[in-house]
Amino acid sequence: MARITVNVDGIRFEEEVEPRLLLVHLLRDRLGKTGTPIGCDTSNCGACTVLLDGKSAKSCAVLAVQADGCDIATVEGLAAGGRRHPVQTAFHEEHALQCGYCTPGMIMAAIDLLRTDPDPSDEAIREGLEGNLCRCTGYQNIVRAVRRAASIDGPVNGEQAAAREVPA
Amino acid sequence: MIPPAFDYVRPASLGQACRALAEAGEDAKVLSGGQSLIPLLRLRLSYPTVLVDIGRLPEPRAIRDEDDHVFIGATATLDEVVRSAVVNAEVPLVALAARTVADPAVRHRGTFGGSLAHADPAGDLPAVALALDCEFVIASARGERTVPAAGFFQDYLETALAPDEILVGVKVPKLGPGWGFHYEKFHRTAQAWAIVGVAAAVRRADGGVAAARVALTNMGATPLRATAVEAALRGVPADADAVAGACAGADAGTSPPADLHARPDYRRHLARVLTRRAVLAAARARP
Ligand SMILES: Cc1cc2nc3c(=O)[nH]c(=O)nc-3n(C[C@H](O)[C@H](O)[C@H](O)COP(=O)(O)OP(=O)(O)OC[C@H]3O[C@@H](n4cnc5c(N)ncnc54)[C@H](O)[C@@H]3O)c2cc1C
Ligand code: FES
Ligand code: FES
Repeated sequence: MARITVNVDGIRFEEEVEPRLLLVHLLRDRLGKTGTPIGCDTSNCGACTVLLDGKSAKSCAVLAVQADGCDIATVEGLAAGGRRHPVQTAFHEEHALQCGYCTPGMIMAAIDLLRTDPDPSDEAIREGLEGNLCRCTGYQNIVRAVRRAASIDGPVNGEQAAAREVPA
Repeated sequence: MIPPAFDYVRPASLGQACRALAEAGEDAKVLSGGQSLIPLLRLRLSYPTVLVDIGRLPEPRAIRDEDDHVFIGATATLDEVVRSAVVNAEVPLVALAARTVADPAVRHRGTFGGSLAHADPAGDLPAVALALDCEFVIASARGERTVPAAGFFQDYLETALAPDEILVGVKVPKLGPGWGFHYEKFHRTAQAWAIVGVAAAVRRADGGVAAARVALTNMGATPLRATAVEAALRGVPADADAVAGACAGADAGTSPPADLHARPDYRRHLARVLTRRAVLAAARARP
């Protein structure tokens, strides 16, 4: 067993873990953060994507011991004070989901993309999200949602974002 | 699936990592970014007793411009390699191929050294290392040695690395002025492994091809140098017909695998077509 400390969505946790425990299992089974789903056994689907020290990572391809001392952001920590994150708002408004299984990972990957490319082309959005599979939407509205999120400049919350879209 | 049980150590230095690996014996494994190893553990295709985590070691992570070559530390992530100004300016073929590997999340964690040490015949970087005649710097408790790319890739998922050895980094030669580069990867879905890939470096002079280096991904158990094509290209005009003629033998001496994606004869066809495209793009000639 190993003792690790992780900061998940702003809360510090100290845990005793087996080295083989995957980060996604730590999040879901030990910390109750079930907002991050598991979609595959091969680290292909991206459903489990979180931000690890600010960068996207597939939490099923990370050992909990590797995340010792790290900051982890999951989809559960995005909404602040009951207000959605702009990317959440954009996914909602553009109907970028059907069953929603891929959505937490898509949103985290989209946030990572906008971190490095605040104004991505459609092609850059498709490439930026290529590690995230969606079996429902056909991706079209996901691309639209990311474009809409990109048009909201700055780290604004959902309400401000919606307000800005009302023509003056 | 849940991986099998193993012990885990995270040494604080490269020296400590070498000692930990030597003490842990044959069934220990190096863990770097984990983007190949953890999926293998989840599928229970690997049963190491101990993982020696080098992923956070600061020391072999640097990318340095060193006169006639660029040194890329083994634990530099693929994302760092893709974004490195030195790599893009001095050894652009490495960046061109690295950006085709997997997806952004995998590239944030997967390392340059890991993708070479893993030596998957469908991996994109081994062919680049072979085409550029890279040198592999290897350390163990027994000392340090350097292995040329031609001797590093030995068989399917097998390299010159002994169980107690760690790949510290790779020296990527700068080829100098006049060279153009291209990595041509064929796959049918987003974020997929190469069905076949071709790494090409071409030096042009007087409207012709003065020299070429070509290596193939996924045309055998290891990456393969297309030496016949390299010889045939020397001195030909850099136009589509001449290059196509020289690339007609790109599959010579290969033994491509059969799998879900392609039969060997289709891979042979792809090797010829993709080599032509890669060489023309590298020569910046119009196809
Ligand atoms: C969804 C997905 C898609 C992928 N697509 C591609 C692709 O298109 N092209 C491609 O080339 N790869 C692809 N990969 C593979 C992957 O990106 C690389 O093989 C991986 O990043 C290897 O680096 P790592 O640091 O993660 O190595 P690890 O997984 O940590 O290690 C891999 C192996 O190398 C050994 N090793 C690692 N570092 C060292 C070292 N310094 N010294 C000695 N031994 C070492 C380990 O013991 C292990 O056996 C994909 C992976 C995933 C999950
Ligand atoms: S569950 Fe992690 S990539 Fe599919
Ligand atoms: S909405 Fe169902 S998988 Fe994407």
